[in-house]
Amino acid sequence: MSLSADDVRKMARLSRLLISDADAAATLNALNNTLALVERMAAVDTRGVEPMAHAQDVALRLRPDAVTEADAREALMANAPAAERGLFLVPKVIE
Amino acid sequence: MSRPNGWEVVIGLETHVQLSTVSKIFSGASTAFGAEPNRQACAVDMALPGVLPVMNEGAVDRAIAFGLAIGAHVAPRSVFARKNYFYPDLPKGYQISQFEIPVVQGGTITIQVGEGDKAYAKQVELTRAHLEEDAGKSLHEDFHGMSGIDLNRAGTPLLEIVTEPVMTSSAEAVAYARALHALVMWIGICDGNMQEGSFRCDANVSVRRPGEPLGTRREIKNLNSFRFLQQAIDYEIRWQIEQIEDGHTIQQATVLFDPDSGETRMMRSKEDAHDYRYFPDPDLPLLVIEPARIERVKASLPELPAAMQARFAADFGLSAYDAAQLTSSLETARYFEAVVAAAGPAQAKPAANWVMGEVAARLNREETSIAASPVSSAQLAGVLARVADNTISNTIARKVFEALWNGEGESADAIIEAQGLKQVTDASAIEPIIDEVLAANPQSVAEFKAGKEKAFNALVGQVMKASRGKASPAQVNELLKKKLGA
Amino acid sequence: MRGTVASLAAELAAGSVSAVELATEALALAQASPLNVFITLDPERTLAEARAADVLRAAGQAGPLAGIPFAQKDIFCAEGWRTTAGSKMLGNFVAPYDATVVVRGKAAGLVTIGRANMDEFAMGSTNENSAFGPVHNPWDITRVPGGSSGGSAAAVAAGIVPAATGTDTGGSIRQPAGFCGITGIKPTYGVVSRYGMIAYASSLDQGGPMARTAQDCAMLLNAMAGFDARDATSLPRDAEDYTRDLDRPLDGLRVGVPRGWLADGVSADVRAAVEAGIVQLETLGAKRVEVDLPHAQYAIAAYYVIAPAEASSNLSRYDGVRYGHRAADYADLAEMYARSRSEGFGAEVQRRILVGTYVLSAGYYDAYYLKAQQVRRRIADDFAAAFAQCDIIAGPIAPTVAYKLGEKTADPVQMYLGDVYTTLVNLAGLPALSLPCGFGEGGMPVGLQLIGGAFSEARLLNVAHRFQQATDHHLQTPGGAA
Repeated sequence: MSLSADDVRKMARLSRLLISDADAAATLNALNNTLALVERMAAVDTRGVEPMAHAQDVALRLRPDAVTEADAREALMANAPAAERGLFLVPKVIE
Repeated sequence: MSRPNGWEVVIGLETHVQLSTVSKIFSGASTAFGAEPNRQACAVDMALPGVLPVMNEGAVDRAIAFGLAIGAHVAPRSVFARKNYFYPDLPKGYQISQFEIPVVQGGTITIQVGEGDKAYAKQVELTRAHLEEDAGKSLHEDFHGMSGIDLNRAGTPLLEIVTEPVMTSSAEAVAYARALHALVMWIGICDGNMQEGSFRCDANVSVRRPGEPLGTRREIKNLNSFRFLQQAIDYEIRWQIEQIEDGHTIQQATVLFDPDSGETRMMRSKEDAHDYRYFPDPDLPLLVIEPARIERVKASLPELPAAMQARFAADFGLSAYDAAQLTSSLETARYFEAVVAAAGPAQAKPAANWVMGEVAARLNREETSIAASPVSSAQLAGVLARVADNTISNTIARKVFEALWNGEGESADAIIEAQGLKQVTDASAIEPIIDEVLAANPQSVAEFKAGKEKAFNALVGQVMKASRGKASPAQVNELLKKKLGA
Repeated sequence: MRGTVASLAAELAAGSVSAVELATEALALAQASPLNVFITLDPERTLAEARAADVLRAAGQAGPLAGIPFAQKDIFCAEGWRTTAGSKMLGNFVAPYDATVVVRGKAAGLVTIGRANMDEFAMGSTNENSAFGPVHNPWDITRVPGGSSGGSAAAVAAGIVPAATGTDTGGSIRQPAGFCGITGIKPTYGVVSRYGMIAYASSLDQGGPMARTAQDCAMLLNAMAGFDARDATSLPRDAEDYTRDLDRPLDGLRVGVPRGWLADGVSADVRAAVEAGIVQLETLGAKRVEVDLPHAQYAIAAYYVIAPAEASSNLSRYDGVRYGHRAADYADLAEMYARSRSEGFGAEVQRRILVGTYVLSAGYYDAYYLKAQQVRRRIADDFAAAFAQCDIIAGPIAPTVAYKLGEKTADPVQMYLGDVYTTLVNLAGLPALSLPCGFGEGGMPVGLQLIGGAFSEARLLNVAHRFQQATDHHLQTPGGAA
């Protein structure tokens, strides 16, 4: 499975990345090389094999419903690029 | 809007129900409504680098409660998945939700649609209900052309409840939404506060000519009142039909309802269909729900509306409609039961009529909840008892109720005593009054004898008036009939 | 700085040196080093930590590690420290909270000398992907130290500090340890908390210690490991003392050597040194057994699906909204996202995000992601079968010794191929360590990898410790013997 330049553009859009025209060819090449490496998996017979999503077969631990975090707004927002009156500011969101 | 001519309407609803836990689904921050921006968003909610989600037991139990209440299958193992997309109110750039294996599968909710002789019941099948986290909020008031993001709501637990596309009108959709709303409040998993965003509906609407395949659906998002739900669906149906009749095809789209214009319009920021790239969240192992947990939740559930309705019908002979009304909320049902417990099962029907009638009307008028009713169930039982034993008539009973509501006395008896409202049943006391009235109303007597039934009622009215309402209407009827030789 | 964690701990306990003295010496070495080991130094903060450790000791409350200077991989959030994960994206991010590993380190009295350089977001095998410049291998400054924990490995190998923290997702503790001639261990998945450890691939990442000796690593692992309620993948197990079995004899130990692992896939010098290492184990009483890991050859293929996939999602939070780099110019929200992320992420990170996005996208999920998780299961099964026949598995860390800076940067896949012996361990979630077993081309260190069954860290450290008692490769330093 080989990617086209269009595929790369689509993936870039989905992941909010800008690939400049200058980098497009190199990126496409690198990605196709990676997928060629990945293609080796095709040789493995995986019929009936249960996918392994977690390293250990454990069950999700449940925490009791209780408030354990206090207000820490100032500290947690200290790295905000733009904030005002306790809100993070972003370019206007149009719906 | 009933079925539009020559068209079939297909509606499915997705409802996001905020679960009533005190902390977030994946963190220990508070879910209390109304805090200042970002004061209830901890490091996990803000998606700082390195943070991880931890599952709230209360959210799981509430999902199980819902599954049991609708007779659904509660999955013994279910998976949390990441739904990936970018939006400023979605701090991780993905929402933790459930995709292939949700916690609740199937189930039904029975709804009552329409009124009077047009009323009918319908079983709405549910596809699934799954746990997920709520996003934050964008505030669009101007911050020099920017939007402000508040993450207090981010991480609030949601149960997303999805129906099969089996509703055929806005009336059915609203009936379902109301029934679902009542149910989640009944079992105590949601506070039902629609103004605060605790209960939000998305409606998927499509139309088709009978016999044709399913039409393309459009999704109306974020309807947070029953009125808007109805208006939006009605508008959307009309709009889709007009489009098709004008020769256009319907494109799949997500739309918003504008309450001011009453119209639905496409969301501007939506690109072509999102690719959410769902995959199992590696930070959250499999959610395993043991039978013991399900039993525990089951034991803690109140008797469900359907069971209660059946019991009311069987034990008290109430109609399905009345039973449904009385179980519109757990508080109403409990109130009704308390009245019957105090006044006796023979009073079940009068109790029902009072609760659905007089009590409901007063509560509505004064925007009070039944839990805060000035007239307690015990007090109402007292009123019913005195009607039953003929101490007062139904008309006088309303006066007594009014007096109780206004706090004029502690009990029906106290008020009857204080205001001298005992009804007069003694024939020897009533007959003289009748004689006086007959003598004073020869016209009516003549009209009655000439065959006018209405004249009889007029005479009864006069007798009641003359007795200042205290005469027993039943007695008056009987005696008057005798005297008129009818 | 001379000494190991163990020897320095003894000196601190004896009062012959103070935490402040050690920290001062380490800071001077750090500031003088040309290796670009640290991204951030904060001497004031360091000395405050050192003073606190000395106070603890004076009060008689010091544990064995109190006052030990160490390098903290710049991937663990530490309150008040700039935490960059080697990226321009977090170039000005000061963490407002402590990772659990950091909390535990503080409680043990470890003293942070600086924030160790690393490949950006842990993606890389040479520390050439750092936005803060590459790290140089102390044995040969024209060569790479390995990655992604290159700074951590170099800091220990150069004698700047006796200990460092690292993280390992596809080999990022073991390979730099091998390239730099030090010892490092990746624990069983779930043993060290990931809370506060900036995520690369969530189902593969594990934090672990790096030091000169296995004994040191065991002491450090005692501080790092343990159940954490803030990490849902953290395993609720009783606390372990990883030093408890260090001196256990190796008689009867069955060492599995995977068929084909010492053939053409490794260079002659690596083959010779690893073979010598296995012979050394036999001398100590171990028995060599040939085992088969038939799906090992597919591990990098599966890894380069799973890791980028999880990374592509984990890195979505870096959007310039709440922290991190935000572009200076943008017309609207979409542009703000795209510019901020494209300016903040380096090329390799962007490539992996694109791959990850692709393998998860509609229509490709089954062929790639699902398939990779199935291959993963087969690899885990292979290990289970192998461990029925042996107690530990021994083999190389990498196909060659450390290569030159810039040698493999032209084609990322060439670099990926170097992960052939390490990624399979992460896929299976098993513990593995790297210890020096000799030297190869150019006098560069060669690492011996020991892989164990789940929760066998104490055994692995024991084998490595006994090996180190009988050899002196781990005592060699770039400037001569330690």
